[in-house]
Amino acid sequence: MNSVAVTAQTAGPGAARAAARRRARSGGVAQRPRWIVYVLLGLTLLISAFPLYFTLVLGSSTPEEIAQRAVPQWLPDLSLFDRFATVVGASEINFWLALLNSVVISVISAFSVVLFSTLAGFSFAKLRFRGRGPLLVFVIATMAVPTQLGVIPLYILMSDIGWIGQIQAVILPAIVNAFGVFWMTQYLSEALPYELIEAARVDGASMIRTFWSVALPTARPAAAMLGLFILVKEWTNFFWPSIVLNQSNPTLPLVIQSLQSNYFVDYSLVMGGVFLVTLPLLIIFVFVGRQLVAGIMAGAVKG
Amino acid sequence: MATLSRTPSATAPTPSPAGPPRRVGFSQRLSRWDVKVSPYLYISPFFILFAITGLFPLAYTAFVSVHEWNLLGGQGDFVGLANYADVLAQPTFWRSLVNTFSIFVFSAFPQLALALLIAALLDQNLRSATFWRMGVLVPYVVAPVAVSMIFGRLFADQYGLINELLGLVGLDPIAWHGDRVASHVAIASIVNYRWTGYNALILLAAMQAVPRELYEAAVIDGASRVRQFFSVTVPQIRATVIFVVITATIGNLQIFDEVRMFDAQGLGGPSRNWMTTVLYLYDVAWGNQKNFGRAAAVAWMLFLLIVVIGALNYFLTRRISTSAPDRPARARRRRGGGTDDTAGATVSAVTRARPGAPPPGTSGAGHPPTVPIPPEER
Repeated sequence: MNSVAVTAQTAGPGAARAAARRRARSGGVAQRPRWIVYVLLGLTLLISAFPLYFTLVLGSSTPEEIAQRAVPQWLPDLSLFDRFATVVGASEINFWLALLNSVVISVISAFSVVLFSTLAGFSFAKLRFRGRGPLLVFVIATMAVPTQLGVIPLYILMSDIGWIGQIQAVILPAIVNAFGVFWMTQYLSEALPYELIEAARVDGASMIRTFWSVALPTARPAAAMLGLFILVKEWTNFFWPSIVLNQSNPTLPLVIQSLQSNYFVDYSLVMGGVFLVTLPLLIIFVFVGRQLVAGIMAGAVKG
Repeated sequence: MATLSRTPSATAPTPSPAGPPRRVGFSQRLSRWDVKVSPYLYISPFFILFAITGLFPLAYTAFVSVHEWNLLGGQGDFVGLANYADVLAQPTFWRSLVNTFSIFVFSAFPQLALALLIAALLDQNLRSATFWRMGVLVPYVVAPVAVSMIFGRLFADQYGLINELLGLVGLDPIAWHGDRVASHVAIASIVNYRWTGYNALILLAAMQAVPRELYEAAVIDGASRVRQFFSVTVPQIRATVIFVVITATIGNLQIFDEVRMFDAQGLGGPSRNWMTTVLYLYDVAWGNQKNFGRAAAVAWMLFLLIVVIGALNYFLTRRISTSAPDRPARARRRRGGGTDDTAGATVSAVTRARPGAPPPGTSGAGHPPTVPIPPEER
């Protein structure tokens, strides 16, 4: 009986809690940290948040005040909303269109990367076919390839098919991702038991039905994290959109660029706009930050 | 472990008894075909799309680079290596390479040190651990261009907050946009702002996989916390540290967003003091020259450089990690998932950076996060 309990604690689903308990019990190593740890962490969080706070402060000031003092005032005030209204209403900024474009691009990319990665991951992790090993190695090797250096032919291609200035040109290169395939392969090879697949097959399910009804539900936790990473990546993406899109059909990061070129003397407007552009992802972060943290700690890759 | 190639026979015993024999034969053949073709079918969307949007453009870059090719005029004559010679003869190209490496050095090392420190802080038995972890990740969701705009103001030469603070402690203001090295430090801090917390979480995951017995032993031996950190933690997470450094390198060599928005012109300053190689590529192709042939030559050379550095890193890493004492697999398993039950911690950072693992990298157009990532576009 004792041995059963130990097994459950070291390997089973309760491992995290058991480890925490063990840590809590074993004196010196695991007592609650001293206050200095919290002070340092608090300082880190302050530094993390300060640039965002700074946009609010500058957004509440006037350009004249900003030109005279580094910190014109210490608290944001209601004039901030006038700046927001100006940015949102300016015809040369196209804020709402940019927001819509960013949502469309990020959501489509996230869904398609998740779908294609899960499909390929299922195949690589659980099916047998000739060439599986070399192809998987190929996928992994391509993760290290800086594909953004192919922008020139990509631009020529988009120009040939008449997509310059249209958001399809941003979506197309984003709909698959080598890291996604690697990630889902890793996850499914551990999380999806062969017995489950066989059971589905014995019940007469076709391959695609097996994927849809067995593999996809199993993959859900990893798929959610992958989707979030792609969402953040595409939402903050600037290099390729800045080449292939323009100010009349922008994404949110391009709005920041056009703020700078239209109002570079008026820092209060620019900073108000920068905050506005950042806000949507911050709101999303409040709800999914936990998953992002878990995903990174489970081995997500940058970018 | 069952193989799926057996499954057709498994389905065979359950044909509908009423069905005519020919139909059984057909459905059986269909099922076998299903098993044979499906694996390829499922991986093909990735490979086809990746070939079109990733590999083909890269390969075609080499083709463009040996032709005269302009943004407006399109393809011209074959010119051999003339574009390469032109680029190599441009002082700005060399300047951009030096800038890129300089920014890399200024960002990689402080970032790694800070990330290690933050990870060590987070690796305590904290109250509301999730809150602190989310807190250090906030900068990650701020777009690099936004960070760059904000920091451009913080690092303003006149009335910038950083210079004011320097004044408070009695130092002279620094020309963050005028002095070459100072501008690199400012840009490196933009990179670091976004990626330090991210890397701290990766390092934290590795730290949590360190067997606690080692710390207990160290405590018994009378080691202080600091000593424990340098003598137990750092050697144990060496593989992950290397992983972070490699991704940082690959990302940092492709910095664009941060420098593009650092001033209003976005071309690296009046003396090209902070023009990076990718920004130079952009300028050649879409800026004043509109010369695709030369820009392709820049891209191809940078690509080769990154591949060489990546490979170098990889072999170096293999060396270092194979000579390192292997962490007991048992301990890794026990503590590996200890961070979050939902993580499905199958691809731990540690695993990815193990000796046998492939060189990690960024997946491309995202900024590589540079820095580490980076760059997502970095």
